[in-house]
Amino acid sequence: MKRHVELKNHLKEIFHFRLRLAVSVVFALTLIAIVLLRLLYLQVWRHDYYQTLAESNRISIVPIVPNRGLILDRNGVEMAHNYSGYTLEITPNKVPVSTDATIEELGALVPIAPRDKKRFKKLLAESHNLESVVIRNRLSDEEVARFAAQQYRFPGVEIKARLLRDYPFGDKASHLLGYIGRINETDVDQLEENDLAANYRGSDYIGKTGLEQSYENELHGTTGIEQVEVDSAGRAVRLLSRTAPISGNTLVLSIDAKLQEIAEQAFGNYRGALVAIDPTNGEVLAFVSKPGYDPSLFIDGIDTQSWDELNNSPDHPLNNRALRGQYPSGSTIKPFMALAGLYYKIRSPSRTISDPGYYTLPGSSHQYRDWKAGGHGMVDMFKSIVVSCDTYYYGLATELGIDNIHAFLSRFDFGKKTGIDLEGETSGLLPSQEWKQKRYNQKWYPGDTVSVGIGQGYSLVTPMQLAHAVATLANNGIAYRPHLVREIRSPRAGENRVITVEPEIDMKLDPADVDLVKRAMVAVTQPGGTAVAASLGAPYHIAGKTGTAQVISMKQGEKYDASKIDERHRDHAWFIAFAPAEQPKIALVVLAENGGHGGGTAAPIARKVMDYYLLGKIPTPLADLPDEEDAPHD
Amino acid sequence: MTKRQLWQRFTAHIDPMLMLGLSLLMFTSLMVLFSATDGSWLRLGGQGVNILVGLTFLWIVANLPLHYLMRTALPVYSLGLLLLIGVALFGEISHGARRWLNIGVGTIQPSELMKVGVPLMMAWYFEKHEATLTWKNYLIAALLLIVPVALIARQPDLGTALLITASGFYVLFLAGLSWRIMGGMAVAAIASAPIMWNMLHEYQRHRIMMLLDPSQDALGKGYHTIQGMIAVGSGGLLGKGYMAGTQTHLDFLPERSTDFIFAVYSEEFGLIGTVILLAMYLFVIGRGFMITASASTYFTRLMAGSITLTFATYAFVNMGMVCGILPVVGVPLPLVSYGGTSMLTLLLGFGMLMSIETHQKLNKT
Repeated sequence: MKRHVELKNHLKEIFHFRLRLAVSVVFALTLIAIVLLRLLYLQVWRHDYYQTLAESNRISIVPIVPNRGLILDRNGVEMAHNYSGYTLEITPNKVPVSTDATIEELGALVPIAPRDKKRFKKLLAESHNLESVVIRNRLSDEEVARFAAQQYRFPGVEIKARLLRDYPFGDKASHLLGYIGRINETDVDQLEENDLAANYRGSDYIGKTGLEQSYENELHGTTGIEQVEVDSAGRAVRLLSRTAPISGNTLVLSIDAKLQEIAEQAFGNYRGALVAIDPTNGEVLAFVSKPGYDPSLFIDGIDTQSWDELNNSPDHPLNNRALRGQYPSGSTIKPFMALAGLYYKIRSPSRTISDPGYYTLPGSSHQYRDWKAGGHGMVDMFKSIVVSCDTYYYGLATELGIDNIHAFLSRFDFGKKTGIDLEGETSGLLPSQEWKQKRYNQKWYPGDTVSVGIGQGYSLVTPMQLAHAVATLANNGIAYRPHLVREIRSPRAGENRVITVEPEIDMKLDPADVDLVKRAMVAVTQPGGTAVAASLGAPYHIAGKTGTAQVISMKQGEKYDASKIDERHRDHAWFIAFAPAEQPKIALVVLAENGGHGGGTAAPIARKVMDYYLLGKIPTPLADLPDEEDAPHD
Repeated sequence: MTKRQLWQRFTAHIDPMLMLGLSLLMFTSLMVLFSATDGSWLRLGGQGVNILVGLTFLWIVANLPLHYLMRTALPVYSLGLLLLIGVALFGEISHGARRWLNIGVGTIQPSELMKVGVPLMMAWYFEKHEATLTWKNYLIAALLLIVPVALIARQPDLGTALLITASGFYVLFLAGLSWRIMGGMAVAAIASAPIMWNMLHEYQRHRIMMLLDPSQDALGKGYHTIQGMIAVGSGGLLGKGYMAGTQTHLDFLPERSTDFIFAVYSEEFGLIGTVILLAMYLFVIGRGFMITASASTYFTRLMAGSITLTFATYAFVNMGMVCGILPVVGVPLPLVSYGGTSMLTLLLGFGMLMSIETHQKLNKT
C-alpha cells in the first residue's frame, strides 16, 4: 500500500514537472518569437527607413558645443574669455584626392606653415575620419574672403566659425588660470569613468591645468543637440529638433588682476612665487609663479620647438612654484616656533639667553652656527625674532622636542595640503619621529630637531602653505581654507552661487602670545630689524619676517660668500608679511629663488604689492633690483 | 590505452549535441568580433583565450560527479554572499556604482559568481527538503534569492539583479510554486511599480524613460539604442556583407564588440543571418530542455531547467535591448560578446548541464 502511494506521488510529481517544463519551452519559444518579430519589423518592414537613416547617418545628430564659462577677477576684469575666430578645416573622407595634395593647393590661397601641417598630421591621427580637422586657425577676414571665393574647388574643405579661448594676461597668471587643451585618450577614459562622455561629444577641449582644470565641470557647460536630416552629399536639409546648449558658468575670482600684474612685474627677472591672502576670509588676492608661460601655446597642441624650449629651460617655467614648489622655510618659521614655545610654556617672553654665535647640544662638540659670527649677545624672545637669532631657536627647538613641534605646526597646516581649490597641490614636509622611521628606517636624532628649529633640515614648505600659515597667524589663529573662486555665476539668471568659507579651525591661541609675536614682526621692518627696507616710508605698519633657504649646504667652518657662488646655487630669499599689522587685510609670502637675502630682494616685492592693495599706489616702472645689499644677512 | 580510448575517455562527459551548438555560437563570436574590431587580431586572440579558459572549466565541471556539484552549492553561495557584503562595505566605486572588490591580486565582481551560485543553492535546498515540501520551504528559497539580489540592486546593478531574480524564479517555478502565488506576485509587482519607481536611481529611471523615447538622450545611452536600431534595420534581408557594415565600420555603433555585437551581426548578415543565429540559440536551448526532461533527480531537473531558461533570457534581453524593445541594461549576448567573465560563467553552467546528462547516463548503464 505504502509503496503504491510513493509510486503514484512520484509519477504525479514527474507529471507536474513535465507540465512546468512544457510551459518553460513555450516561454522560451515566445521570447525567441518576440525577437524574430521585432527583427522582421526592423529588417524587412522598416528596412527602407533605416537604410535611409544609415546612409544619411553622417551628421544626423549634431552636438552643439556650449560656450566655455569666463574667468573674471574680483572686479570683473576678464582673465580668460572666448572670441569667435575662423578656422579652415578638412574632412578627410570627403576629400576626393589625397589630403596632402589638397593642402598643397590650399597653401597657394592661405599661408600654411610647416607647424600647421605638423599639427594637422597629429590631429588627423587622433580623429575619426568623419570629423573635420583644423589645418589653419585664426584666419584673417581677408583670408576668409579669398578662400570663400575659391571654395568650389575644394570639396571637403570648409571654413568654420569657432569660439576660441584667449588669455588676455598672457604669461601673467598662467599658473593660476592654467589652460585648456585638446581632449586626449587619457581625458576620454577619465570622462567615461565619470559618465561624462556624452556631454563632451563634440567638445574638442578640456581644462588641463590650473583653474581651467579644477573647475572644468563648472566651466564646460551642457552640450546641446541638433538632429538634422542630411542628404547624401552631407548637406543638412531639415532640422528635426534642437536642444540649445547651456553655456558654462562664469568664475569670479578673489584675485585682483591689477594686483596680480603688479606682483608679477615686481619680480623683475627673479624666479619665484608670491601668494597673497585676505586673512579675514581666506580669499587669495594674488597667486604668482615666476616665470610663467604663454598658455595659448597649449590650446591646439604645442609644437615641438616651443615645448622643448619650455621643458628644457633651466628656469622651469612649467613648474607651478607657488602650489608645488617645496623649499626649506628658513627663518620664516621662527615666529611660529616662538608661538609654540609660548603655547607649551617652554619659554617665557622674558627669558634671556646668551648667544655666543653658535649652539652645541649637551655632550656634543658639534657647533650649530648662528648666521652672525660672534652672536647677538643677550637675546629674549622679542629680539630673537627681530634679529633672527638662530642660536635662540636651536635651543628652543631642542627644549620643545620634535613631537611638540610637529603637533603645533600641524595645526597651521604645515605638512598638509591647504585645500586651495587648485588641483595638484603638494603637501610639503613636516618631519616627525614616525616619518623618519618610515622614510629612512632611522630613529630621530636630537640634531635633527636643532635644524628644524630654524626651518632647515628635513622640513619643506610650499609658498602656498606658508602664505596660509601667515594668514592664520595674522588672523590670530583662526584659519580659513584658502580659495580662489568667490562666486560662480550661472548663465541662467538668479542661479549665482557665492562661495563663503567658514573658519576651519580656531587655534585658541593666547592673545598675549600672538601680540608679542606680532609686535616683534613689526619690529623686523623697523630700524634694527632684518627687513628695514620693507617699510621705509610706509604710512602703515608692516609685520614681517625674512628667511633664507639654503640651496647648497656649507661645511663646518666654511663661510657663505654670495659673490663666490654660481648664481643658481645662491640661497633662496623668503619674506612673509601682513599689513596693516594692527588689523591685517593682506597676508603674503614672497619667494625669490637665488635671491640671497629675504630683506634685500623679497621684501621690496612684498612692499609693492601691499602698497597697491592698501593704498592703490601703482609702482613706477621697475628699477633694477639690487643684486647685493648691505642689509643684515637673513 | 590507444589514442582512441584516450579520446573517448577525454570526451566521455562532453555532450556532443550541446557541444556542437556551443561551438557554432563561439565560432560566430570570433567571426563577428573580428569585424566589430576592424580586424583586430589582438581582440580575436583575447576572445580565443576567453573561450579556451571557459572550455577548460566546462570540461572540469562536466567531469565532476553530481554529488560533488551539489556539495559546492553551500560554499559557493556563502562565499558569494560574503563577497557581496564585502562589496557593500569596502567595494571600489567605478562609473558611480560599487560593484568591484579588490582582493589584492585584482578586482572581482562577486555578482557574477552569484549568477551560478543562487540557482545552485536554491536547487540544492529543494533537493534537501524534497520529501516534505511545504509553503515554508518556498518562502526560505525565496529568501535565498532575495538577499543577494537586494545587495546587488543596491550597488546599483539593476541588470544583474533582474537576471539573477529571473534565474532564481525559474527554480521556484520548476520546483512547483503554485500558480496562485505566482498570480498574486504578479499583481503585487504591478501594484508596487510606482513605489519601485521612486526607489530607482536617477540614471535607472533615465534609462527606462529613454526606452520610451530614445531621442530624449540622443547623445548618451539613447544614442546606443538609436544607432543599434539603425544598424539592425539597415541590414535588411541579406545584410551589407561581412566587414562591410557602415554603422560598424564608420564608428557609429557604440560598444560594438561587447553589448552591441548583435547589431554588428545583424547589419552585416541581415535577416537571414539573424534567423540562423536564433536557430543556433534555439538548438542550444532545445538541447538544454531535453537534458532537463531526462534528468533523474529533483536537483538536476531544477538546475538544468534554470540554466537553460536563464540562457534563453540572457539572449532575449540582449537582443531585445539592441532592437530597442528593452532598456539598455548592459547584458552581453551570451557566448558571442567579447568578455571573459560572462564566457566563463556561461560555460560553467553548460558544464553542469553536461555533467547532469552524462553522469546519469553512466549511472543507468
